[in-house]
Amino acid sequence: MLVVQGRPGSSTSSRGEIDMGAESPLTLESFYTFCAQKKLMGARCRSCRAILVPPRALCPKCGSMDIRWTKLKGTGKLLTYSVVHVASPAFQSSVPYAVGIVQLTEGARLPGMIRTNLKDLRIGLNLKVAFEPRRPESWPPWVRYCFVRARSH
Amino acid sequence: MYTVEQLKWQNVKGRPLASIVAAGLSKFGKLEGKYSREIFLEAAREAFGGCSNFDPKRDVKALFVGQMSESFEHQTHVAPSLTDWVGLLPIPATRIEAACASSGAALRCAIFAIASGMYDIVAVGGVEKMTHRATSDATEYLAMASDFPMEQWHGITFPAMFGLMATAHMHKYGTAEEQMAMAAVKNHHNGCLNPKAQMQREITVRQVMESRPIAWPLKLLDCSLISDGASCLVITKPELAKRFTDTPADIVGTGQASDTIGLYERDDITFMEVARSAAKQAYEMANKKPSDIDVAEVHDCFTIAEIIAYEDLGFCAPGEAGKFIEEGETGLDGRIPVNTSGGLKAKGHPVGATGTAQACEIYLQLTGQAERRQVEDASIGLTHNVGGSGSTGVVHIFKRRD
Repeated sequence: MLVVQGRPGSSTSSRGEIDMGAESPLTLESFYTFCAQKKLMGARCRSCRAILVPPRALCPKCGSMDIRWTKLKGTGKLLTYSVVHVASPAFQSSVPYAVGIVQLTEGARLPGMIRTNLKDLRIGLNLKVAFEPRRPESWPPWVRYCFVRARSH
Repeated sequence: MYTVEQLKWQNVKGRPLASIVAAGLSKFGKLEGKYSREIFLEAAREAFGGCSNFDPKRDVKALFVGQMSESFEHQTHVAPSLTDWVGLLPIPATRIEAACASSGAALRCAIFAIASGMYDIVAVGGVEKMTHRATSDATEYLAMASDFPMEQWHGITFPAMFGLMATAHMHKYGTAEEQMAMAAVKNHHNGCLNPKAQMQREITVRQVMESRPIAWPLKLLDCSLISDGASCLVITKPELAKRFTDTPADIVGTGQASDTIGLYERDDITFMEVARSAAKQAYEMANKKPSDIDVAEVHDCFTIAEIIAYEDLGFCAPGEAGKFIEEGETGLDGRIPVNTSGGLKAKGHPVGATGTAQACEIYLQLTGQAERRQVEDASIGLTHNVGGSGSTGVVHIFKRRD
């Protein structure tokens, strides 16, 4: 169960949902601020139960705005992947690298870099989230997450 | 002029919405020293020159133009400048942006402008100037059509988006890399028959397979080209078309749909819901079915995109496109010749120009002007234009005027 430090208004329900009122709006900025705290956070629509990652204020599935933060385990399986050999300037020094879409244990999907030996890549690979250590200096100040191999979970 | 009720797609039932009376295309390729406005003039002059009893300054009442990116030329607000360069000031001019589907979406705006009765004659086209930039810069600008916070930010390039789709399609259906390669081989063959095409070179499946990886499983020869080019059409009310040409082509169906900008948000990435939905609208409007289509231009930005297009358009069942191309069904002498122009793969893909360039090729096919790549007795044509990883889909159906 997540304890959010320094947020006196927040409380956690039995389902891991966190009500932080207006303090952490359901925005990308908040999502990446949690990444800087090494937390993978999503949102859950309390009307249709959909998991929304990254979070949004309006559920695209049912239209409800009754949405709460929820902590994600950060584990999942590789749904599909590609190995990038030609990248944009910011990533060109990292090629070749793998990217993929990960089916999270809670049900939502998340894209990202798959940091593993390229020859180990296969659909269904067990993965867990990891976070880059530093906040970028220029905009956007978003700490990247990525996925690394996990034992079965 | 239609009433609103008649324009609802279920009620059109094959009646022409608007008619193409002329089509123009610049040369596609590396047009050194020429920028968008100069390239667009080439396409517009060819289109305007294709009409008789026509004075563009007098007759064209509005211009709709597709362009994807202001990054290539450091220029937004291109519509007035293009209008000026082709000598049409002060008519209203609007740029429409839907990534690689920009001019497909612009064509819809032109159709609305005509079908609503607002204008009798409009011009619609597209342009992109890309080749003066380094490949890595072009890679970055094109990736801007994917989701910045979740995809671009994590190094997922545009080819990688389609690489993710290809891996999923291969896994679900057993589609082979060699089958994808066959789309490139076919389109290069067709490109050799199109003097406007950027690539005039036959390739083999083996060459595709051995080309360097870009975003595995996609290799260099699975990818469309970085191109300069422009396209332009003159569109009129159906009843005026014969005044300007003996050989108009009628637009009988149009469809468009939107999906999430993030590929990862979609439940199944082995198809594009936008293409299925846009196709359904266009087929219903045109009162046609997939087996009625004589010739099609589909959005082969990567070979896997052409494979998926066959399935989304109903040319074959889901999962069977690999076999469909292997059996030659979409070759020039096949059941449904696809990308007779050479497609994005060989004709080139100046992204903003692509949607109306596809319509140019169908116009040539339906009016018997496609020369060495002419599909015999082509009567019904279709274009399929996709923006981003399938966030926008635009489908049009055209009919020869008999």
